[in-house]
Amino acid sequence: MGLIGEGLLEALRRLTTGDPEVWQITWLSLQVSATATLVSLLAGIPAGAALALSRFPGRAFLVSLVNTGMGLPPVVVGLFVTILLWRNGALGFLELLYTPAAMVIGQFVIAAPIVTGLTLAAVQQVPEGFRLQMLGLGASRLQMTWVLLKEARLPMLAAVMAGFGGVISEVGASMMLGGNIRGSTRVLTTATVLETGKGNFDVAIALSVILLLITFLVNWALSLIQQRRPG
Amino acid sequence: MIGASALARLAATLGVLLLLGASAIAQPSVVILSTTTSTQDSGLLDVLVPMFEKKTGLTVKTISVGTGQALALAARGEADVTLAHAPALERKYVAEGRMANRRLVMYNDFVLVGPADDPARIKGMPKALDAFKRIAESRSRFVSRGDKSGTHALELALWKQAGIEPKGAWYIESGQGMGQTLGIANDRRAYALTDRATVLAFQKRVDLPILVERDRPLLNIYSVMEVNPANGPRVNARGGKAFADFMLDPDTQAVIKAFGVDKYGQPLFVPVAGKKDEDL
Repeated sequence: MGLIGEGLLEALRRLTTGDPEVWQITWLSLQVSATATLVSLLAGIPAGAALALSRFPGRAFLVSLVNTGMGLPPVVVGLFVTILLWRNGALGFLELLYTPAAMVIGQFVIAAPIVTGLTLAAVQQVPEGFRLQMLGLGASRLQMTWVLLKEARLPMLAAVMAGFGGVISEVGASMMLGGNIRGSTRVLTTATVLETGKGNFDVAIALSVILLLITFLVNWALSLIQQRRPG
Repeated sequence: MIGASALARLAATLGVLLLLGASAIAQPSVVILSTTTSTQDSGLLDVLVPMFEKKTGLTVKTISVGTGQALALAARGEADVTLAHAPALERKYVAEGRMANRRLVMYNDFVLVGPADDPARIKGMPKALDAFKRIAESRSRFVSRGDKSGTHALELALWKQAGIEPKGAWYIESGQGMGQTLGIANDRRAYALTDRATVLAFQKRVDLPILVERDRPLLNIYSVMEVNPANGPRVNARGGKAFADFMLDPDTQAVIKAFGVDKYGQPLFVPVAGKKDEDL
């Protein structure tokens, strides 16, 4: 108990004194995970909607792949993307390993299936009769999809929260792809692992509290949007 | 239709992202240092790396992993310079031509820690080898790193010299860093081999007194090695050599000598630039 109390005090101290390193680490965590979530939305929403609205051979297989992808272990993603990004790897010429961009790619691979899968479920739960009615009233397919996504707004925001929550909290991929380099790729989760390894448990707890706090704030903001009554 | 546009958008976004990232860092001014967790965990590199960057204008990316992985990455050309602490393994890499110009930087020492009631009765034994034998004979619990780190390499070498194959319920492999391993040893009332710096850092959290120390095989020697440019197409040999030279520079060695005194009341490393393994 004493240790957790010390950690909470340490968190408070670091936040109020404006420890520049803690702020930089927190800001980078937000930047990397927000970018990855955003790109996942750009890719996952159209992909999920397309999967929900189309019928083709092999669709069921593809849907199972997406659903499996929703639980991709971050370390596995980290390992495969690292091998791709190695200097001797297929994408080595880009020299991306150990940069924030590499972490964004890893987190994108983790979040995209989550967003795709939840979008798929959200769009599919809108009754089919509604879709047919819209098409019957002369809506184009694109217009219909847009209306459907708006109808599915609540579960869609859940997809955003799940995607962001999945990547801001992961450590395996960020550690391998970023390398936990001070001032460049150190984020809240990798810094927590490092401080635990150093035996600085109070600092580790402080970083964990900050991570929980910003995750809460982001989800709070998203929940406010989600629960807002139209009109 | 929607599927195709989604794919196009995904490709475009990823493309932009990759280009942004690549343009930001594709410079020969980056040196990748693969090193052991102990140099990072002790905080020494947090002092030395900014010094080097200021002096040379180069940027260092420190990848801190076990010594086994640090050397393996360098052998694949994924690093430019390596700071490690497993002399036998290092000499093997040098003999194979994958690493070059191995030079001693500093040393500290390993110690054998264990529960205060000392069930194997090893306290004060002068020879680590005898202590290892007694731990195995009494089947007292021992926590091994089990991760191909420099510490693990030394531990395995000691078991081998003692003619013991460590196996059984008493031998626990943590597969984790030194700090976590000490935590497990503390929890299970077990013995462990550790570098002195880590046990100093953890003295408030674990109740594991030092039982055996100051035996020649327990010397923990850190060396710097340059990566053979033939290991891979993008090895920054010049940057790697600059970092290796920096580690042996008199100014750097003076910083190493003073490091840790303010926090632990004693230095964590002894600088030994210019010496050979036999001199120690």
